[in-house]
Amino acid sequence: MTIARAKDIISATGLLEVSGLTVQVATPTGARTVVDDLSFTLESGKTLCIAGESGSGKSMTALSLMQLLPKPMARVSAGTAILAGRDILALPEAEMRQVRGQRIGMIFQEPMTSLNPVLSIGKQLAGAISAHGGLSEKAIRARALELLDQVQIPEPARRLKQYPHELSGGMRQRVVIAMALAQNPQILIADEPTTALDVTVQAQILALIRKLQADLGISVIMITHDMGVVAEMADDVLVMQHGRMVEHSPASVIFSKPRHPYTRELLAAVPRLGEMTGTTEPKRVAARPGTGPDKPLVAEPLVSVKDLTVRFDIKGGILQRPVQRVHAVEGVSFDIMPGETLSLVGESGCGKSTTGKALLNLIPWQGDIRVGGRSTRGLAPRAMRPVLRDVQMIFQDPYASLDPRMRVGDLVAEPLQIHGLASGSALEDRVAYLFKRVGLSTDQMRRYPHEFSGGQRQRICIARALSLSPKLIVADESVAALDVSIQAQVLDLLQDIQNETGMSYLFISHDMAVVEQISHRVAVMYMGRFVEMGSRAQIFENPQHEYTKKLMAAVPVADPSRPRRAFMEKAEDLPSPVHGLTYTPPRQTAHDIGDGHLVWLGD
Amino acid sequence: MSQTVAETQSPVATPSVMMRLLRRPLALTGLIIIMVVVLAALFAPWLAPYDPYEQFFEGLTIEGAPLPPNAQFWFGTDLVGRDLFSRLIYGAQTSLIIGVVANGIAVVIGSAVGISAGYFRGWVDTVLMRFTDLMMAFPALLLAIVLAAIFSPSLWIVAMVIAMVNWVQIARVTYTETRSIAERDFVVAERAMGAGAGRILFRHILPHLLSTIIVWATLGIATTVLLEATLSFLGIGVQPPIPSWGNIIFENQTYFTSAPWLVFIPGVAILALALAFNLVGDALRDILDPTQQGRH
Repeated sequence: MTIARAKDIISATGLLEVSGLTVQVATPTGARTVVDDLSFTLESGKTLCIAGESGSGKSMTALSLMQLLPKPMARVSAGTAILAGRDILALPEAEMRQVRGQRIGMIFQEPMTSLNPVLSIGKQLAGAISAHGGLSEKAIRARALELLDQVQIPEPARRLKQYPHELSGGMRQRVVIAMALAQNPQILIADEPTTALDVTVQAQILALIRKLQADLGISVIMITHDMGVVAEMADDVLVMQHGRMVEHSPASVIFSKPRHPYTRELLAAVPRLGEMTGTTEPKRVAARPGTGPDKPLVAEPLVSVKDLTVRFDIKGGILQRPVQRVHAVEGVSFDIMPGETLSLVGESGCGKSTTGKALLNLIPWQGDIRVGGRSTRGLAPRAMRPVLRDVQMIFQDPYASLDPRMRVGDLVAEPLQIHGLASGSALEDRVAYLFKRVGLSTDQMRRYPHEFSGGQRQRICIARALSLSPKLIVADESVAALDVSIQAQVLDLLQDIQNETGMSYLFISHDMAVVEQISHRVAVMYMGRFVEMGSRAQIFENPQHEYTKKLMAAVPVADPSRPRRAFMEKAEDLPSPVHGLTYTPPRQTAHDIGDGHLVWLGD
Repeated sequence: MSQTVAETQSPVATPSVMMRLLRRPLALTGLIIIMVVVLAALFAPWLAPYDPYEQFFEGLTIEGAPLPPNAQFWFGTDLVGRDLFSRLIYGAQTSLIIGVVANGIAVVIGSAVGISAGYFRGWVDTVLMRFTDLMMAFPALLLAIVLAAIFSPSLWIVAMVIAMVNWVQIARVTYTETRSIAERDFVVAERAMGAGAGRILFRHILPHLLSTIIVWATLGIATTVLLEATLSFLGIGVQPPIPSWGNIIFENQTYFTSAPWLVFIPGVAILALALAFNLVGDALRDILDPTQQGRH
């Protein structure tokens, strides 16, 4: 350690030299080390990616460099970070404020929460520009316009007067980047800057960060869990696990010759687009009897949806009359066969979750939905109950969907009690069986949801959904909130259950790579409609619709040797599904281009 | 940790709520204060050294001024020479009925209105919340005066009147919270399982509202005790000479500078009771919330 430090001082080649950084967090059982003896050098003008799963200490590292650790629970207990000859970990708060913004800018994950909702964009930018005073109103405005232009926000003058809620997620993240750049920092720390964004927007933001880096000559520390993003961005990669650095190499080496077993594990768990080429069945699912490429399906559809339309009125004015309408889903039709996984894929706001919720009558809808031949239209909650025995749902956020005040055993037992299917010891046996089925031990039944990890919680949600032995499970972004290695395990579990019981899934996801692994059939949704539907192979190997192609092209690929995507000159945004009351959606018709591969085109 | 206990025994056999309450010093203090007041109220005739209505000749000075606390009258005497200590003990009955029963009813009505409006929405929401707004806009004191004037004043009528005007705030607060809880994923997940409204409301929403309700309920104790005093002062509350903590303060407040004990002592009694309920309420909230307990 001392030798390393001495060497750093003599030959300060890098811009930022971090050595022996150790961060501790106070817990009821004593101090816990969350970042352990981390050392790295950030080279001038380069991008360093810190990759790792949740709890690996990557965000703590970033916060400690900014001296923004949540005090007094967390503190830097050892280590130095030398920037321009000074240890920024030891600077007093007054001097540190000069470093933040002027030398190091930071971008956070959630663009909505890192902007103040009651201040206009112009005010917030002005605050960032003039944080240290000494600028005239006119100079501030000119700089604000210049910054917005740099981050490619169209019509910058108008944006200055707008508020964060008037901008889309991608635009907000651009504003956050502009604020981080306001005082020309040398280093930009980006903590999961694109995790909350859609893939097509993510691709644009990543390209923007690369361009800004090249134009302004700044260094970037990028914190991410996504190996695809790492491959897109990194010059150097630092892989962390449980607070320790397990590997630190140039990006090309990490991907081609990972040395540490954890890095290999991490890379293996990343689903890769295109790895399923040439197969018809999902990764772990056995071929269904009676089906196959040459045998047509003979079974009756389990669920049949015709012209499903969901619109929500936006009320306004004094009388709370409808003033606008959200066209969430516009005339969607599909069937789900027994034992089949149909994936709905699309970006946020495309109506995929709404479609899933309509199947369980959780929202009002129009059209026709039949479950096992029985129409569920307008069924009251009580009449809907028998249908719900066949159709269950798993939500995106496993913690939010479990009542935090109930024991997990009781939560899994609840559906059985509601439907009066078991009681007493039979109930206990069934719950114990379900726990074992999803890979949890029965002595965990008495614990509360907060005592489990994300993956375990999702297993509990799966156990709860399985308790009624449904025929179809609607899985709404069910692995999106999980780390890749956990995600792979949960996907395996879902497929094993399908093998065993012939379960059908309606798998709702934004993640093309995950969809490729798990689906029999895929429907791509855009603006409340299907744009393309077909078998997995048809969609992934022969995409026809422009939007499908765009979605696939936007997925970050975990291969640094691929040419990085070019910077787009014009920022693009998803269109809004909110329209006036008189709006009638344009007609689109499906064209069968062979073997049930449907493509929708406007008339 | 307690994991081994939890694994081998049924949830009922884990330390009872009462035992866990007694282990907390603050909650224990609160419980003791509440017990003292309850016992005083129940056994007033045996505990009080004097008749609360008797106007003692030796209870006033030659000039006719009340006596400060002394060996004979522990808490001093009031303006007409009655023993303050005895009046406080008898007054505990009134104040407990008002502070606990009347306030309790207000909490139940308020929560019921707020939760149903917040969960069912639609016309239920419109009807209940517009009515709540109406009640809120109406001056509470004026309403209480009207109600108390219609029914002939008695302790129970006063309690009901106070309950009728005090549920409004709780309805507002629980309404807002219910709306946000009802939109959380775990409630949607319950609906997806086919759970009925009763199950969702009582097993999943109500427990999350407990902390809010407890805070409002304890705050309400002091408010209602004082509202009763106001009504008594206006002649439509508990009829004199029946003592209540509130009306002792009101009778004597004009003489605060010359006889401060007459206001100070009952004031402390009200404060102590409200604080005691608050301490117990806070502890209950923590004990009943599993997420507050140490993570295993």
